[in-house]
Amino acid sequence: MSEPIIELHDVSKAYGGVIANRAVSLTVERGSITGLIGPNGSGKTTLFNSIVGYHPINSGSIRFDGREISQLRVQEIARLGLLRTFQTTRIYGKMDCMHNMLISIPHRKARYFDMFARERPEVVERAEQLLAFVGLYEKRFLRAGSLSFGQQKLLEFAMALMNEPTVLLLDEPTAGINPTLINGLLDRLKRANAEFGITLFIIEHNMRVIMNTASKIYCMAHGELLAEGPPAEIQRDRRVIEAYLGEH
Amino acid sequence: MTLFVRRNLPFLLIFAMGAVAPFLFPDISNEIAVLWLMILFASTWDILGGQMGYNSLGNIFFFGAGMYICAVVQIGLYYDVGMYTSGARTTHIVFTNAQYFTGFALGTLAGGVGAAVLAVAAGFILFGLRGPYFAIGTLGLAIAAAELISSWEWVGAASGISMPVFPGAPETQKLFFYFLLFALAFVLLIFLRWLYSTNFGIALNAIRDDEEKAEAMGLHTRRYKRTAWAISAAFLGVSGAIFANMTGFIEPRDIAFPTTTFNLYMVVMVLLGGKGTLWGPVVGAVIFHTLKEVTWTYFLGWQYVALGLLIVVTIVYFQQGVVGWLMEKYPRRFLPRGTQQPDQRAIGLAPQPEGAE
Repeated sequence: MSEPIIELHDVSKAYGGVIANRAVSLTVERGSITGLIGPNGSGKTTLFNSIVGYHPINSGSIRFDGREISQLRVQEIARLGLLRTFQTTRIYGKMDCMHNMLISIPHRKARYFDMFARERPEVVERAEQLLAFVGLYEKRFLRAGSLSFGQQKLLEFAMALMNEPTVLLLDEPTAGINPTLINGLLDRLKRANAEFGITLFIIEHNMRVIMNTASKIYCMAHGELLAEGPPAEIQRDRRVIEAYLGEH
Repeated sequence: MTLFVRRNLPFLLIFAMGAVAPFLFPDISNEIAVLWLMILFASTWDILGGQMGYNSLGNIFFFGAGMYICAVVQIGLYYDVGMYTSGARTTHIVFTNAQYFTGFALGTLAGGVGAAVLAVAAGFILFGLRGPYFAIGTLGLAIAAAELISSWEWVGAASGISMPVFPGAPETQKLFFYFLLFALAFVLLIFLRWLYSTNFGIALNAIRDDEEKAEAMGLHTRRYKRTAWAISAAFLGVSGAIFANMTGFIEPRDIAFPTTTFNLYMVVMVLLGGKGTLWGPVVGAVIFHTLKEVTWTYFLGWQYVALGLLIVVTIVYFQQGVVGWLMEKYPRRFLPRGTQQPDQRAIGLAPQPEGAE
């Protein structure tokens, strides 16, 4: 059960003289929901960017499913089944929701002439099911850019599910979402994990959300890993409280 | 049968008009032939510029490359190209019927394939550039090609190449090239309608909207970009080969690589008609070409002022183009297939479903 799917070992990343990540080591277990918290500027998003190959790391190793991926490019990593969503939501704004979904099919097996294929009925059906899953079915022919921010976030989540990833990295999934909707999203995250078997690795500032979903939480501060453990333990950890509230 | 007619009505109309036009208006059949060329220019430019969001200012490079590749093949099959270009001014070289048509067919084919290969090669370098950098980079490609050919004696340098003479009466020649350009434009439009209905079309739009997102989702973005440019280049190369034989003479700066005329017209026609749509470039080409010919005929001396004014007005005030404007004005007529009679909810007036904000 406790088999690691993502393993980071001593990962460091610096932007010029600014060290964003210093020797970060962590593991995410297959099938789990793992949280990553930390004050603003503690290097969480940088770490996500390093994992998905958005920028090269200075040192260390990143393994996905036992395979070293720190030298691969973004697309190659995505095709392996390691996908991320963005903190500032990114969808294809001028296309309707359905097209947003249809182009998000997994590309790992795509061969050259698959570029000219038309969407198969079962793919269309799956896209509709997933849009229904996030509550956007009625809006499937609207331009994605005309949706509200919260709806765009849900669409981005549905697009990620369409890609059938093994692991999904979510960068602040509840940021900017209407508080009454957060419960719905929380429920969907849990269902995506339980029903589709997708491992989730989540950056989150909303403590109620992360404490209720994650089975294990890592806390970062100043680019370094500060603490790790189950939610109950993290909540009581003096170092975590100090990092968030400052020392007294 | 009626369904077939209704679904393909624009194509049937174009086919009918294109087929009878040279017989109805024999005096301007050459101008109408050039109109088909303009439609080819606009529609191929739109593949990258409209659908994919990469504004190329160097697509004319593939038009000229197709011309020169065709000329070299057409002549080189039977004569030494260097001898031909240097001797063209003093001796009259004759091609037999069979030689002309074999050479023309093979040259056109080579022009199309060669241009596509050049597009893939150029794509390796230029697709690293984004936004205005891509536009300038591609413009450099076209200008460099013009300069290079201008100083290459083997292909006639700046004084160009006189193409083999068409073996037939001038009237036959006119119709022959008219129908070639018409057929090519017609095939392109049918091809594009199919292309934009496949995943390829959606992928190009995805790259236009957010290329970084497309990469993060695992799309083979480079493969799509290179293929799109190669398709565009192949059609331009073939049209260049045909146009070279139509005019009978090619030279680098004003005919093969005219960066300030044809090259800019492509962009203006697409903007005028509406970029990112199948029919926008066609509408733009028709309006632009008609205006151009009218000002040429009736306001000679002012034609460039009129064109310049049109370009400025289009770019500053009318970027969405005719078709884009129609889509804004009558959005219901442009809904995707299968949603022709949408209920109010699909338009977004209904109460929000639970779970969505």
